[in-house]
Amino acid sequence: MTEAPARLGARYARPSGWQIATLVDAWAESPSARTLVLEVAHWPGHMAGQHVDLRLTAPDGYRAERSYSVGSAATRSTVPDGSALDGAAPARVELTVQRVAGGEVSTYLTDVFAVGDAIELRGPIGGWFVWSPERDAGTPVLLAAGGSGLVPLMAMLRTRREAGDRTPFRLVYSVRRPEDRLYVADLDRLAAAHDGLDVQVVYTRSVPLGSMRGPGRLERRELAAWGWPAEIEPACFVCGPTGFVEALARQLVSLGHDPARIRTERFGPAAD
Amino acid sequence: MSTLTPGFHGRPRPQGVALPPGQYVETGFPVLSAGPTPRLDTASWRLDVTTETGVTRSWSWAELMALPQDEPTVDIHCVTRWSKFGTTWRGVSLDMLLAEVESTADFAMVGSYGGYTTNLPVSELLGGKAWIAHTFDGAPLQPVHGGPARLLVPHLYFWKSAKWVNSITLMPMDRQGFWERLGYHDLGDPWREQRYQGD
Repeated sequence: MTEAPARLGARYARPSGWQIATLVDAWAESPSARTLVLEVAHWPGHMAGQHVDLRLTAPDGYRAERSYSVGSAATRSTVPDGSALDGAAPARVELTVQRVAGGEVSTYLTDVFAVGDAIELRGPIGGWFVWSPERDAGTPVLLAAGGSGLVPLMAMLRTRREAGDRTPFRLVYSVRRPEDRLYVADLDRLAAAHDGLDVQVVYTRSVPLGSMRGPGRLERRELAAWGWPAEIEPACFVCGPTGFVEALARQLVSLGHDPARIRTERFGPAAD
Repeated sequence: MSTLTPGFHGRPRPQGVALPPGQYVETGFPVLSAGPTPRLDTASWRLDVTTETGVTRSWSWAELMALPQDEPTVDIHCVTRWSKFGTTWRGVSLDMLLAEVESTADFAMVGSYGGYTTNLPVSELLGGKAWIAHTFDGAPLQPVHGGPARLLVPHLYFWKSAKWVNSITLMPMDRQGFWERLGYHDLGDPWREQRYQGD
């Protein structure tokens, strides 16, 4: 049994109440994804990997809520347990939203939501799929991203950079086409720093000109080559659509990684 | 607190169905779990029910299958906001499994292969509200959905319906399971929108 009497996650995982955030900047991150910069009046700080809930209200009172990962670097907690907004500081929080065809909320956020508009937000939320330099430095990390599953992993890489942390990281990023890549310039900058981060991108549908690798799903032998040996006991974070996460987690287990060190976050309908 | 979201209209509202607050209708069956999917063999599968005095009663797969089976058709609600209507299952009611267990405990910790845990009041497991389910939509429950067997407690958010279930530990005092320790609600009633601690 692993349950403990005290709620360790309470310090950072307890969401504060709903508050109004304002869109202060936004840009296209790819032809089908948009980064939103939200100004939040009371932000208790967040850890890389956490998400926020957004709530939208239609004129007839109908409401829709969705969760989106924070893509910007962690901000240090300004209040002891995150439960009270008193003392929490204003902050700018970046989310990246992938447009889903027919999506009720994502199409609003990518196509309609305009700078200056307000939206209800609460968070940060989630204490499992997180990485923090204070807590986790020194243990090598494998990040595996499928599509917009890169967003919370990018927050981890940006947090590592801002902390000046040199924990060895390897990122394996699977996207359909070159134009679907997110954070192209920033990821190139991160990789060019040569400070212990290796980045491998695989394309499943079409590849850039001159690519040595044809289009296709990430193979087990590639994961073995680009990830870490199981013997060094890395922390593995896998995020993406269910089919990707299932395949990657299964490959990692078959390569000898302890399931307890594989953390997953999934979105989208089941592939089967 | 409420604020209009300019230009947001949302999907056509579902008619004639009851949707808890903040949920939307999903026709697929999304998968959510915190780690890899364990692959389990029914030959070695077992379910242990342990009381607060340490008495354990176990069922093998064959013993579970030999018990009277229910076929509930229920709506399910995931805390990530999808709801799926009219799902059909086959499994054994916890009323059947717990009937002969001697306990005065008010709380239960449900444990899974792979280490997942979730806590519930015992009252939420009794009275025809919870099952050990092994069949979904007429077919053996797939591993990604918790097969060979998962807890099914459809009136609570679906993280309470532990996949790959293999133990129920009865407790006089409530303790928190995996997501509950990470800030999610101890009860998780979708109709009261109890997503997180404090809701």
